[in-house]
Amino acid sequence: MIELKHISKIFPTADGEFQALTDVSLTIPTGDIFGIVGMSGAGKSTLVRCINLLERPTSGQVLIDGLLDESGKAVDLCALPPAQLRKARRGISMIFQQFNLLMQRTCLDNICFPMEIAGVSKAKARARARELLDTVGLPDKADAYPSQLSGGQKQRIAIARALASDPKILLCDEATSALDPTTTRSILRLIQDINRRLGITVVVITHEMAVVEEICTHVAILEHGHMVETGTVEAVFSNPKTEAGRRLVYPEGVQIDQLPPAGVVRIAFNGGSSYEPLIASLAIDCGVKVNILGADTRNVNGQAFGTMLLGLPEDKSEAAKAMSYLKAQKDVTVEEVHDYHG
Amino acid sequence: MDKFFTQMSEAFSNPALWEEFRTGIWDTLYSTVVATAAACVLGLILGVLLVAGERDGVRPLPAPVMKVLNFVINILRSVPFLILMLMVLPLSKLLVGTKIGTIASIPPLVIAAAPFVARLVEASLREVDKGVIEAAQAMGCSPFQIIWKVILPESLPSLVAGFTTAFITILSYGAMAGAIGGGGLGKIAINYGYNKYNYAVMLIAVVLIVILVQIFQSLGTWISIRSDHRLTGKSGRSRRKKEISSRIDREKKTPGVM
Repeated sequence: MIELKHISKIFPTADGEFQALTDVSLTIPTGDIFGIVGMSGAGKSTLVRCINLLERPTSGQVLIDGLLDESGKAVDLCALPPAQLRKARRGISMIFQQFNLLMQRTCLDNICFPMEIAGVSKAKARARARELLDTVGLPDKADAYPSQLSGGQKQRIAIARALASDPKILLCDEATSALDPTTTRSILRLIQDINRRLGITVVVITHEMAVVEEICTHVAILEHGHMVETGTVEAVFSNPKTEAGRRLVYPEGVQIDQLPPAGVVRIAFNGGSSYEPLIASLAIDCGVKVNILGADTRNVNGQAFGTMLLGLPEDKSEAAKAMSYLKAQKDVTVEEVHDYHG
Repeated sequence: MDKFFTQMSEAFSNPALWEEFRTGIWDTLYSTVVATAAACVLGLILGVLLVAGERDGVRPLPAPVMKVLNFVINILRSVPFLILMLMVLPLSKLLVGTKIGTIASIPPLVIAAAPFVARLVEASLREVDKGVIEAAQAMGCSPFQIIWKVILPESLPSLVAGFTTAFITILSYGAMAGAIGGGGLGKIAINYGYNKYNYAVMLIAVVLIVILVQIFQSLGTWISIRSDHRLTGKSGRSRRKKEISSRIDREKKTPGVM
Protein backbone atom coordinates (compact mmCIF):
# COMPACT_ATOMS: atom_id res chain seq x y z
CA MET A 1 0.00 0.00 0.00
CA ILE A 2 1.15 3.51 -0.78
CA GLU A 3 -0.28 6.25 1.34
CA LEU A 4 0.15 9.88 0.45
CA LYS A 5 -0.98 12.16 3.24
CA HIS A 6 -1.66 15.84 2.70
CA ILE A 7 1.04 16.25 0.07
CA SER A 8 1.74 19.81 -0.98
CA LYS A 9 4.51 20.94 -3.25
CA ILE A 10 5.58 24.51 -3.84
CA PHE A 11 8.20 25.40 -6.43
CA PRO A 12 10.01 28.67 -6.05
CA THR A 13 10.06 30.43 -9.42
CA ALA A 14 11.41 33.70 -10.73
CA ASP A 15 8.03 35.35 -10.29
CA GLY A 16 7.00 34.04 -6.91
CA GLU A 17 5.97 30.63 -5.74
CA PHE A 18 4.16 28.05 -7.80
CA GLN A 19 1.92 25.66 -5.95
CA ALA A 20 2.11 22.43 -7.94
CA LEU A 21 0.22 20.25 -5.48
CA THR A 22 -2.27 21.25 -2.80
CA ASP A 23 -3.08 18.88 0.03
CA VAL A 24 -3.30 15.68 -1.99
CA SER A 25 -4.13 12.56 -0.01
CA LEU A 26 -4.28 9.24 -1.72
CA THR A 27 -4.23 5.57 -0.82
CA ILE A 28 -3.06 3.09 -3.38
CA PRO A 29 -3.83 -0.52 -2.46
CA THR A 30 -1.17 -3.21 -2.80
CA GLY A 31 -1.30 -5.07 -6.11
CA ASP A 32 -3.47 -2.44 -7.73
CA ILE A 33 -2.98 -0.71 -11.03
CA PHE A 34 -3.73 2.84 -10.10
CA GLY A 35 -4.14 5.61 -12.66
CA ILE A 36 -3.45 9.26 -11.98
CA VAL A 37 -4.87 11.41 -14.74
CA GLY A 38 -5.12 15.08 -15.52
CA MET A 39 -4.37 17.63 -18.17
CA SER A 40 -0.77 18.58 -18.70
CA GLY A 41 0.34 20.85 -15.92
CA ALA A 42 -2.12 19.35 -13.46
CA GLY A 43 0.70 18.09 -11.26
CA LYS A 44 0.61 14.36 -12.08
CA SER A 45 4.32 14.05 -12.73
CA THR A 46 5.13 15.98 -9.59
CA LEU A 47 2.79 13.77 -7.61
CA VAL A 48 4.33 10.53 -8.86
CA ARG A 49 7.79 11.94 -8.14
CA CYS A 50 6.69 12.52 -4.58
CA ILE A 51 6.23 8.78 -4.18
CA ASN A 52 9.95 8.07 -4.66
CA LEU A 53 10.97 11.53 -3.52
CA LEU A 54 12.55 12.62 -6.77
CA GLU A 55 10.56 15.65 -5.74
CA ARG A 56 10.47 16.25 -2.02
CA PRO A 57 7.00 17.38 -0.90
CA THR A 58 6.96 20.77 0.78
CA SER A 59 4.66 19.22 3.34
CA GLY A 60 2.94 15.92 3.84
CA GLN A 61 3.86 12.30 4.37
CA VAL A 62 4.70 9.41 2.06
CA LEU A 63 4.12 6.00 3.60
CA ILE A 64 5.17 2.92 1.69
CA ASP A 65 3.96 -0.52 2.63
CA GLY A 66 6.61 -2.63 4.33
CA LEU A 67 8.78 0.31 5.16
CA LEU A 68 8.71 0.15 8.94
CA ASP A 69 10.91 1.33 11.77
CA GLU A 70 12.19 -0.94 14.57
CA SER A 71 8.94 -0.72 16.48
CA GLY A 72 6.94 -1.78 13.41
CA LYS A 73 5.48 1.64 12.73
CA ALA A 74 5.20 2.91 9.18
CA VAL A 75 8.05 5.26 8.29
CA ASP A 76 7.57 8.51 6.44
CA LEU A 77 9.83 8.34 3.39
CA CYS A 78 10.51 12.06 3.75
CA ALA A 79 12.04 11.48 7.17
CA LEU A 80 14.63 8.96 5.99
CA PRO A 81 18.30 9.93 5.86
CA PRO A 82 19.82 9.91 2.32
CA ALA A 83 21.43 6.46 2.50
CA GLN A 84 18.24 4.80 3.72
CA LEU A 85 16.16 6.68 1.18
CA ARG A 86 18.39 5.33 -1.60
CA LYS A 87 17.89 1.81 -0.27
CA ALA A 88 14.13 2.34 -0.09
CA ARG A 89 14.13 3.57 -3.69
CA ARG A 90 15.37 0.19 -4.86
CA GLY A 91 11.94 -1.16 -3.97
CA ILE A 92 10.22 1.52 -6.09
CA SER A 93 11.06 1.32 -9.78
CA MET A 94 10.14 3.86 -12.37
CA ILE A 95 9.75 3.97 -16.13
CA PHE A 96 9.58 7.15 -18.18
CA GLN A 97 8.12 8.62 -21.33
CA GLN A 98 11.60 9.08 -22.81
CA PHE A 99 12.77 5.64 -21.56
CA ASN A 100 15.93 7.17 -20.03
CA LEU A 101 18.19 4.26 -20.88
CA LEU A 102 21.96 4.60 -20.66
CA MET A 103 22.85 5.16 -24.28
CA GLN A 104 26.46 4.04 -23.95
CA ARG A 105 25.57 0.70 -22.39
CA THR A 106 24.21 -2.40 -24.08
CA CYS A 107 20.68 -3.51 -23.22
CA LEU A 108 22.04 -6.27 -21.00
CA ASP A 109 24.26 -3.81 -19.12
CA ASN A 110 21.34 -1.41 -18.79
CA ILE A 111 19.32 -4.14 -17.10
CA CYS A 112 22.32 -5.02 -14.92
CA PHE A 113 22.66 -1.41 -13.78
CA PRO A 114 20.27 -1.41 -10.78
CA MET A 115 21.82 -4.68 -9.60
CA GLU A 116 25.30 -3.19 -9.98
CA ILE A 117 24.18 -0.31 -7.77
CA ALA A 118 22.81 -2.74 -5.21
CA GLY A 119 26.07 -4.69 -5.18
CA VAL A 120 24.87 -7.90 -6.85
CA SER A 121 27.75 -9.94 -8.30
CA LYS A 122 28.31 -9.49 -12.01
CA ALA A 123 27.66 -13.13 -12.96
CA LYS A 124 24.44 -13.22 -10.97
CA ALA A 125 23.30 -9.91 -12.40
CA ARG A 126 23.93 -11.03 -15.97
CA ALA A 127 22.00 -14.26 -15.47
CA ARG A 128 19.08 -12.36 -13.99
CA ALA A 129 19.23 -9.75 -16.76
CA ARG A 130 18.95 -12.51 -19.38
CA GLU A 131 15.86 -13.86 -17.62
CA LEU A 132 14.36 -10.40 -17.66
CA LEU A 133 15.11 -10.00 -21.36
CA ASP A 134 13.01 -13.14 -21.85
CA THR A 135 10.27 -11.71 -19.64
CA VAL A 136 9.95 -8.61 -21.79
CA GLY A 137 10.23 -10.61 -25.01
CA LEU A 138 13.58 -9.36 -26.29
CA PRO A 139 16.00 -12.23 -25.65
CA ASP A 140 18.04 -11.42 -28.77
CA LYS A 141 18.75 -7.79 -27.86
CA ALA A 142 21.27 -8.42 -25.06
CA ASP A 143 24.21 -6.94 -26.94
CA ALA A 144 22.33 -4.26 -28.83
CA TYR A 145 22.62 -0.61 -27.84
CA PRO A 146 19.46 1.39 -27.10
CA SER A 147 19.99 3.53 -30.22
CA GLN A 148 19.44 0.41 -32.32
CA LEU A 149 15.97 -0.23 -30.87
CA SER A 150 12.50 1.08 -31.64
CA GLY A 151 10.56 3.07 -29.05
CA GLY A 152 8.54 0.08 -27.93
CA GLN A 153 11.65 -2.05 -27.60
CA LYS A 154 13.37 0.66 -25.58
CA GLN A 155 10.44 0.76 -23.19
CA ARG A 156 10.59 -3.03 -22.84
CA ILE A 157 14.26 -2.78 -21.89
CA ALA A 158 13.37 0.00 -19.45
CA ILE A 159 10.71 -2.27 -17.92
CA ALA A 160 13.23 -5.12 -17.64
CA ARG A 161 15.62 -2.72 -15.93
CA ALA A 162 12.84 -1.57 -13.60
CA LEU A 163 12.15 -5.17 -12.61
CA ALA A 164 15.81 -5.98 -11.96
CA SER A 165 15.74 -4.70 -8.41
CA ASP A 166 12.69 -6.87 -7.56
CA PRO A 167 10.56 -3.83 -6.75
CA LYS A 168 7.25 -3.83 -4.90
CA ILE A 169 6.09 -0.77 -6.78
CA LEU A 170 6.35 0.29 -10.41
CA LEU A 171 5.78 3.95 -11.27
CA CYS A 172 4.98 4.66 -14.92
CA ASP A 173 5.36 8.31 -15.87
CA GLU A 174 3.61 8.73 -19.24
CA ALA A 175 5.30 5.46 -20.17
CA THR A 176 3.33 5.02 -23.38
CA SER A 177 2.90 8.63 -24.44
CA ALA A 178 5.78 8.50 -26.91
CA LEU A 179 4.53 5.29 -28.53
CA ASP A 180 2.07 4.56 -31.31
CA PRO A 181 -1.31 3.00 -30.40
CA THR A 182 -0.36 -0.59 -31.27
CA THR A 183 2.89 -0.44 -29.34
CA THR A 184 1.08 1.28 -26.48
CA ARG A 185 -1.33 -1.61 -26.25
CA SER A 186 1.46 -4.21 -26.19
CA ILE A 187 3.39 -2.30 -23.50
CA LEU A 188 0.21 -1.96 -21.41
CA ARG A 189 -0.39 -5.67 -21.73
CA LEU A 190 3.16 -6.30 -20.53
CA ILE A 191 2.64 -4.02 -17.52
CA GLN A 192 -0.65 -5.72 -16.74
CA ASP A 193 0.99 -9.12 -17.05
CA ILE A 194 3.78 -8.09 -14.67
CA ASN A 195 1.23 -6.76 -12.21
CA ARG A 196 -0.70 -10.03 -12.26
CA ARG A 197 2.23 -12.41 -12.15
CA LEU A 198 4.52 -10.58 -9.73
CA GLY A 199 1.91 -8.74 -7.68
CA ILE A 200 3.72 -5.45 -8.18
CA THR A 201 1.69 -2.35 -7.39
CA VAL A 202 1.61 -0.16 -10.48
CA VAL A 203 1.00 3.58 -10.55
CA VAL A 204 0.23 4.89 -14.02
CA ILE A 205 0.51 8.59 -14.81
CA THR A 206 -1.12 9.48 -18.08
CA HIS A 207 -3.17 12.04 -19.93
CA GLU A 208 -4.63 9.34 -22.14
CA MET A 209 -7.93 8.05 -20.84
CA ALA A 210 -7.63 4.98 -23.06
CA VAL A 211 -4.64 3.84 -21.01
CA VAL A 212 -6.60 4.09 -17.78
CA GLU A 213 -9.59 2.30 -19.27
CA GLU A 214 -7.37 -0.46 -20.55
CA ILE A 215 -5.44 -1.44 -17.44
CA CYS A 216 -6.33 0.53 -14.32
CA THR A 217 -8.64 -0.58 -11.54
CA HIS A 218 -8.65 2.71 -9.66
CA VAL A 219 -8.16 6.24 -10.84
CA ALA A 220 -7.56 9.66 -9.35
CA ILE A 221 -8.14 12.88 -11.24
CA LEU A 222 -5.86 15.82 -10.66
CA GLU A 223 -6.60 19.37 -11.64
CA HIS A 224 -4.42 22.39 -10.90
CA GLY A 225 -2.65 20.45 -8.18
CA HIS A 226 -5.85 19.37 -6.44
CA MET A 227 -7.14 15.84 -6.37
CA VAL A 228 -10.71 16.39 -7.47
CA GLU A 229 -12.03 12.88 -7.87
CA THR A 230 -11.02 9.33 -7.08
CA GLY A 231 -12.63 5.92 -7.19
CA THR A 232 -12.87 2.79 -9.28
CA VAL A 233 -12.38 3.30 -12.98
CA GLU A 234 -15.95 2.13 -13.67
CA ALA A 235 -17.47 4.59 -11.23
CA VAL A 236 -15.41 7.60 -12.27
CA PHE A 237 -15.67 6.93 -15.99
CA SER A 238 -19.36 6.12 -16.09
CA ASN A 239 -20.30 9.08 -13.97
CA PRO A 240 -17.60 11.67 -13.52
CA LYS A 241 -18.72 13.90 -10.71
CA THR A 242 -16.58 16.89 -11.43
CA GLU A 243 -16.16 19.11 -14.42
CA ALA A 244 -12.48 18.20 -14.59
CA GLY A 245 -13.49 14.55 -14.69
CA ARG A 246 -16.02 15.14 -17.44
CA ARG A 247 -13.55 17.13 -19.48
CA LEU A 248 -11.13 14.24 -19.31
CA VAL A 249 -13.63 11.48 -19.91
CA TYR A 250 -15.50 13.34 -22.67
CA PRO A 251 -12.83 15.59 -24.16
CA GLU A 252 -14.91 16.36 -27.25
CA GLY A 253 -18.02 17.14 -25.23
CA VAL A 254 -21.04 14.87 -25.41
CA GLN A 255 -21.18 13.07 -28.72
CA ILE A 256 -24.34 13.39 -30.72
CA ASP A 257 -24.91 10.92 -33.49
CA GLN A 258 -28.44 11.97 -34.38
CA LEU A 259 -29.67 14.68 -36.66
CA PRO A 260 -30.54 17.77 -34.69
CA PRO A 261 -34.30 17.87 -34.11
CA ALA A 262 -36.48 20.75 -35.14
CA GLY A 263 -36.44 22.86 -32.02
CA VAL A 264 -33.51 23.23 -29.69
CA VAL A 265 -33.66 25.04 -26.37
CA ARG A 266 -31.04 25.87 -23.85
CA ILE A 267 -32.08 25.71 -20.24
CA ALA A 268 -29.98 27.12 -17.48
CA PHE A 269 -30.12 25.93 -13.89
CA ASN A 270 -29.73 28.63 -11.35
CA GLY A 271 -29.39 26.57 -8.24
CA GLY A 272 -32.53 24.43 -8.18
CA SER A 273 -32.50 20.89 -6.86
CA SER A 274 -31.07 18.75 -9.62
CA TYR A 275 -31.59 18.54 -13.35
CA GLU A 276 -32.44 14.87 -13.69
CA PRO A 277 -35.87 14.99 -12.00
CA LEU A 278 -36.77 17.89 -14.29
CA ILE A 279 -36.34 15.88 -17.49
CA ALA A 280 -37.97 12.83 -15.93
CA SER A 281 -40.94 14.81 -14.66
CA LEU A 282 -41.28 16.49 -18.04
CA ALA A 283 -41.71 13.03 -19.57
CA ILE A 284 -44.08 11.87 -16.87
CA ASP A 285 -46.18 15.01 -16.40
CA CYS A 286 -46.53 16.03 -20.09
CA GLY A 287 -45.76 12.77 -21.81
CA VAL A 288 -43.17 14.57 -23.93
CA LYS A 289 -39.82 13.01 -24.61
CA VAL A 290 -36.92 15.36 -25.16
CA ASN A 291 -33.37 14.65 -26.29
CA ILE A 292 -30.51 15.76 -24.12
CA LEU A 293 -28.03 17.04 -26.71
CA GLY A 294 -25.45 18.27 -24.30
CA ALA A 295 -25.04 19.25 -20.72
CA ASP A 296 -22.60 21.17 -18.69
CA THR A 297 -23.75 21.14 -15.14
CA ARG A 298 -22.21 21.21 -11.77
CA ASN A 299 -23.47 20.09 -8.45
CA VAL A 300 -22.66 22.54 -5.72
CA ASN A 301 -23.83 21.36 -2.31
CA GLY A 302 -26.74 19.50 -3.83
CA GLN A 303 -27.84 22.37 -6.04
CA ALA A 304 -27.63 22.26 -9.79
CA PHE A 305 -25.85 24.94 -11.77
CA GLY A 306 -25.07 24.96 -15.43
CA THR A 307 -26.79 24.60 -18.76
CA MET A 308 -28.36 21.84 -20.79
CA LEU A 309 -29.25 21.64 -24.47
CA LEU A 310 -32.54 19.93 -25.20
CA GLY A 311 -33.90 18.78 -28.52
CA LEU A 312 -37.68 19.17 -28.58
CA PRO A 313 -39.95 16.75 -30.46
CA GLU A 314 -40.82 17.62 -34.06
CA ASP A 315 -44.52 17.67 -33.29
CA LYS A 316 -45.33 21.39 -32.81
CA SER A 317 -47.97 20.96 -30.09
CA GLU A 318 -45.79 18.59 -28.06
CA ALA A 319 -42.88 21.01 -28.38
CA ALA A 320 -45.04 23.89 -27.18
CA LYS A 321 -46.27 21.80 -24.26
CA ALA A 322 -42.71 21.07 -23.23
CA MET A 323 -41.73 24.73 -23.56
CA SER A 324 -44.50 25.95 -21.31
CA TYR A 325 -43.72 23.22 -18.77
CA LEU A 326 -40.07 24.19 -18.67
CA LYS A 327 -40.84 27.89 -18.48
CA ALA A 328 -43.08 27.22 -15.48
CA GLN A 329 -40.18 25.79 -13.48
CA LYS A 330 -38.55 28.03 -10.98
CA ASP A 331 -34.79 28.34 -10.89
CA VAL A 332 -34.70 27.46 -14.58
CA THR A 333 -34.42 29.86 -17.50
CA VAL A 334 -35.26 28.73 -21.01
CA GLU A 335 -34.20 30.16 -24.33
CA GLU A 336 -34.56 28.95 -27.88
CA VAL A 337 -31.44 28.20 -29.83
CA HIS A 338 -31.55 28.98 -33.53
CA ASP A 339 -27.97 28.50 -34.59
CA TYR A 340 -27.59 24.94 -33.38
CA HIS A 341 -25.62 22.79 -35.79
CA GLY A 342 -24.97 19.72 -33.71
CA MET B 1 63.54 33.94 -52.95
CA ASP B 2 66.82 32.42 -54.06
CA LYS B 3 68.01 32.65 -50.50
CA PHE B 4 64.98 30.68 -49.38
CA PHE B 5 65.72 27.80 -51.77
CA THR B 6 69.37 27.77 -50.75
CA GLN B 7 68.32 27.60 -47.10
CA MET B 8 65.87 24.83 -47.94
CA SER B 9 68.45 22.67 -49.70
CA GLU B 10 70.92 23.34 -46.90
CA ALA B 11 68.36 22.31 -44.37
CA PHE B 12 67.67 19.04 -46.14
CA SER B 13 71.35 18.17 -46.37
CA ASN B 14 72.19 19.08 -42.78
CA PRO B 15 72.08 15.99 -40.50
CA ALA B 16 72.62 18.13 -37.40
CA LEU B 17 69.46 20.05 -38.22
CA TRP B 18 67.53 16.82 -38.69
CA GLU B 19 68.72 15.73 -35.31
CA GLU B 20 67.44 19.02 -33.95
CA PHE B 21 64.05 18.43 -35.57
CA ARG B 22 63.91 14.91 -34.12
CA THR B 23 64.49 16.27 -30.64
CA GLY B 24 62.07 19.08 -31.34
CA ILE B 25 59.28 16.68 -32.30
CA TRP B 26 60.01 14.55 -29.27
CA ASP B 27 60.07 17.55 -26.92
CA THR B 28 56.84 18.92 -28.33
CA LEU B 29 55.06 15.56 -28.08
CA TYR B 30 56.44 14.87 -24.64
CA SER B 31 55.50 18.21 -23.12
CA THR B 32 52.11 18.24 -24.85
CA VAL B 33 51.20 14.73 -23.72
CA VAL B 34 52.29 15.28 -20.13
CA ALA B 35 50.67 18.72 -19.90
CA THR B 36 47.45 17.49 -21.55
CA ALA B 37 47.22 14.49 -19.24
CA ALA B 38 47.70 16.66 -16.16
CA ALA B 39 45.36 19.40 -17.44
CA CYS B 40 42.68 16.83 -18.31
CA VAL B 41 42.80 15.22 -14.87
CA LEU B 42 42.59 18.62 -13.18
CA GLY B 43 40.03 19.91 -15.66
CA LEU B 44 37.90 16.78 -15.27
CA ILE B 45 37.79 17.20 -11.51
CA LEU B 46 36.95 20.89 -11.82
CA GLY B 47 34.36 20.21 -14.53
CA VAL B 48 32.65 17.54 -12.42
CA LEU B 49 32.57 19.94 -9.47
CA LEU B 50 31.07 22.67 -11.68
CA VAL B 51 28.25 20.41 -12.87
CA ALA B 52 27.60 18.26 -9.81
CA GLY B 53 28.02 21.11 -7.36
CA GLU B 54 25.56 23.59 -8.82
CA ARG B 55 22.26 24.26 -7.10
CA ASP B 56 20.29 21.53 -8.84
CA GLY B 57 23.27 19.28 -9.47
CA VAL B 58 23.58 15.74 -8.13
CA ARG B 59 25.67 16.86 -5.16
CA PRO B 60 25.10 20.59 -4.55
CA LEU B 61 28.02 22.47 -2.97
CA PRO B 62 27.73 25.66 -0.93
CA ALA B 63 27.08 28.64 -3.22
CA PRO B 64 30.23 30.55 -2.10
CA VAL B 65 32.41 27.57 -3.07
CA MET B 66 30.86 27.53 -6.54
CA LYS B 67 31.31 31.30 -6.86
CA VAL B 68 35.02 31.08 -6.01
CA LEU B 69 35.49 28.14 -8.36
CA ASN B 70 33.86 29.96 -11.26
CA PHE B 71 35.74 33.15 -10.48
CA VAL B 72 39.16 31.47 -10.43
CA ILE B 73 38.43 29.61 -13.66
CA ASN B 74 37.29 32.77 -15.42
CA ILE B 75 40.28 34.80 -14.22
CA LEU B 76 42.78 32.15 -15.29
CA ARG B 77 41.11 31.90 -18.67
CA SER B 78 41.31 35.65 -19.26
CA VAL B 79 45.07 36.00 -18.72
CA PRO B 80 46.94 35.82 -22.05
CA PHE B 81 48.97 32.65 -22.13
CA LEU B 82 52.42 34.17 -22.56
CA ILE B 83 51.89 36.46 -19.56
CA LEU B 84 50.51 33.61 -17.50
CA MET B 85 53.58 31.59 -18.39
CA LEU B 86 55.89 34.37 -17.22
CA MET B 87 53.91 34.57 -13.99
CA VAL B 88 54.04 30.83 -13.42
CA LEU B 89 57.70 30.32 -14.26
CA PRO B 90 58.82 30.80 -10.63
CA LEU B 91 56.49 27.90 -9.82
CA SER B 92 58.21 25.87 -12.53
CA LYS B 93 61.52 26.61 -10.87
CA LEU B 94 60.04 25.34 -7.62
CA LEU B 95 58.44 22.24 -9.14
CA VAL B 96 60.95 21.08 -11.74
CA GLY B 97 64.04 23.06 -10.78
CA THR B 98 64.38 25.16 -13.94
CA LYS B 99 62.81 28.10 -15.72
CA ILE B 100 63.87 27.17 -19.21
CA GLY B 101 63.43 24.16 -21.48
CA THR B 102 60.65 21.78 -22.33
CA ILE B 103 59.97 20.58 -18.81
CA ALA B 104 59.78 24.10 -17.42
CA SER B 105 56.95 24.88 -19.83
CA ILE B 106 54.77 22.06 -18.56
CA PRO B 107 53.49 23.65 -15.29
CA PRO B 108 52.37 26.88 -16.99
CA LEU B 109 50.71 24.87 -19.74
CA VAL B 110 48.81 22.83 -17.16
CA ILE B 111 47.72 25.87 -15.21
CA ALA B 112 46.61 27.67 -18.35
CA ALA B 113 44.85 24.65 -19.83
CA ALA B 114 43.14 23.16 -16.75
CA PRO B 115 40.46 25.89 -16.51
CA PHE B 116 39.95 25.67 -20.26
CA VAL B 117 39.50 21.90 -20.01
CA ALA B 118 37.20 22.43 -17.03
CA ARG B 119 34.83 24.47 -19.22
CA LEU B 120 35.01 21.90 -22.03
CA VAL B 121 34.26 19.11 -19.53
CA GLU B 122 31.45 21.16 -18.04
CA ALA B 123 29.85 21.54 -21.47
CA SER B 124 30.22 17.81 -22.19
CA LEU B 125 28.73 16.74 -18.86
CA ARG B 126 25.77 19.07 -19.34
CA GLU B 127 24.92 17.23 -22.53
CA VAL B 128 23.93 14.17 -20.49
CA ASP B 129 20.16 13.77 -20.54
CA LYS B 130 18.63 14.98 -17.28
CA GLY B 131 16.11 12.17 -17.53
CA VAL B 132 18.84 9.53 -17.41
CA ILE B 133 20.23 11.12 -14.25
CA GLU B 134 16.74 11.20 -12.79
CA ALA B 135 16.30 7.51 -13.63
CA ALA B 136 19.55 6.72 -11.83
CA GLN B 137 18.39 8.69 -8.80
CA ALA B 138 15.11 6.79 -8.84
CA MET B 139 17.09 3.54 -8.76
CA GLY B 140 18.83 4.62 -5.59
CA CYS B 141 22.21 5.71 -6.96
CA SER B 142 24.42 7.79 -4.70
CA PRO B 143 25.75 11.09 -6.08
CA PHE B 144 29.16 9.49 -6.56
CA GLN B 145 27.64 6.53 -8.44
CA ILE B 146 25.72 8.92 -10.67
CA ILE B 147 28.90 10.80 -11.55
CA TRP B 148 31.05 7.71 -11.97
CA LYS B 149 28.62 5.28 -13.55
CA VAL B 150 26.21 7.55 -15.41
CA ILE B 151 27.44 11.05 -16.18
CA LEU B 152 31.05 10.26 -17.08
CA PRO B 153 30.42 7.12 -19.20
CA GLU B 154 27.45 8.74 -20.95
CA SER B 155 29.50 11.78 -21.90
CA LEU B 156 32.67 9.86 -22.76
CA PRO B 157 32.58 10.49 -26.53
CA SER B 158 32.08 14.18 -25.96
CA LEU B 159 34.83 14.22 -23.32
CA VAL B 160 37.23 12.56 -25.76
CA ALA B 161 36.46 15.28 -28.29
CA GLY B 162 37.13 17.89 -25.60
CA PHE B 163 40.42 16.29 -24.62
CA THR B 164 41.42 16.29 -28.28
CA THR B 165 40.73 20.00 -28.43
CA ALA B 166 42.79 20.44 -25.27
CA PHE B 167 45.69 18.46 -26.75
CA ILE B 168 45.75 20.56 -29.90
CA THR B 169 45.45 23.82 -27.99
CA ILE B 170 48.22 22.81 -25.60
CA LEU B 171 50.41 21.80 -28.53
CA SER B 172 50.09 25.19 -30.15
CA TYR B 173 50.56 27.05 -26.87
CA GLY B 174 53.62 24.91 -26.18
CA ALA B 175 54.98 26.17 -29.49
CA MET B 176 54.32 29.71 -28.30
CA ALA B 177 56.26 28.93 -25.14
CA GLY B 178 59.29 28.56 -27.41
CA ALA B 179 59.47 32.36 -27.44
CA ILE B 180 60.32 32.56 -23.75
CA GLY B 181 62.52 29.57 -23.18
CA GLY B 182 60.25 26.62 -23.91
CA GLY B 183 61.63 23.79 -26.02
CA GLY B 184 60.33 21.79 -28.97
CA LEU B 185 59.31 22.67 -32.50
CA GLY B 186 58.11 26.13 -31.48
CA LYS B 187 61.57 27.01 -30.22
CA ILE B 188 63.14 25.83 -33.51
CA ALA B 189 60.69 27.92 -35.54
CA ILE B 190 61.29 31.06 -33.50
CA ASN B 191 65.05 30.50 -33.24
CA TYR B 192 65.61 30.05 -36.95
CA GLY B 193 62.79 32.11 -38.40
CA TYR B 194 62.91 35.09 -36.05
CA ASN B 195 66.45 35.18 -34.75
CA LYS B 196 68.36 33.87 -37.78
CA TYR B 197 66.04 34.83 -40.65
CA ASN B 198 66.12 31.23 -41.83
CA TYR B 199 62.57 30.98 -43.13
CA ALA B 200 63.07 27.56 -44.68
CA VAL B 201 63.75 25.93 -41.31
CA MET B 202 60.89 27.85 -39.77
CA LEU B 203 58.58 26.63 -42.49
CA ILE B 204 59.62 23.01 -41.93
CA ALA B 205 59.01 23.39 -38.19
CA VAL B 206 55.60 24.89 -38.84
CA VAL B 207 54.69 22.12 -41.29
CA LEU B 208 55.70 19.54 -38.69
CA ILE B 209 53.49 21.23 -36.08
CA VAL B 210 50.57 21.29 -38.51
CA ILE B 211 51.07 17.59 -39.31
CA LEU B 212 51.13 16.71 -35.61
CA VAL B 213 47.93 18.70 -35.04
CA GLN B 214 46.19 16.98 -37.96
CA ILE B 215 47.25 13.51 -36.78
CA PHE B 216 45.99 14.03 -33.26
CA GLN B 217 42.81 15.75 -34.37
CA SER B 218 41.95 12.82 -36.64
CA LEU B 219 42.88 10.28 -33.98
CA GLY B 220 40.81 12.04 -31.32
CA THR B 221 37.80 12.40 -33.59
CA TRP B 222 38.05 8.76 -34.58
CA ILE B 223 38.17 7.56 -30.96
CA SER B 224 35.29 9.85 -30.02
CA ILE B 225 33.10 8.48 -32.80
CA ARG B 226 34.09 4.85 -32.25
CA SER B 227 33.24 5.12 -28.57
CA ASP B 228 29.83 6.66 -29.19
CA HIS B 229 27.11 4.03 -29.15
CA ARG B 230 24.39 6.54 -29.84
CA LEU B 231 25.50 6.66 -33.45
CA THR B 232 24.03 4.15 -35.82
CA GLY B 233 25.09 3.71 -39.40
CA LYS B 234 27.50 5.55 -41.62
CA SER B 235 25.51 8.76 -42.01
CA GLY B 236 25.23 9.29 -38.25
CA ARG B 237 28.95 8.84 -37.82
CA SER B 238 29.91 11.19 -40.63
CA ARG B 239 27.52 13.84 -39.32
CA ARG B 240 29.07 13.55 -35.89
CA LYS B 241 32.55 13.73 -37.41
CA LYS B 242 31.70 17.09 -38.96
CA GLU B 243 30.31 18.34 -35.66
CA ILE B 244 33.42 17.38 -33.72
CA SER B 245 35.76 18.82 -36.35
CA SER B 246 33.97 22.14 -36.43
CA ARG B 247 33.99 22.25 -32.62
CA ILE B 248 37.74 21.68 -32.52
CA ASP B 249 38.37 24.20 -35.27
CA ARG B 250 36.33 26.79 -33.42
CA GLU B 251 38.44 26.35 -30.29
CA LYS B 252 41.65 26.46 -32.31
CA LYS B 253 40.82 29.93 -33.54
CA THR B 254 40.58 31.48 -30.07
CA PRO B 255 43.69 33.68 -29.95
CA GLY B 256 45.87 34.59 -27.01
CA VAL B 257 43.87 33.12 -24.17
CA MET B 258 42.61 29.59 -23.65
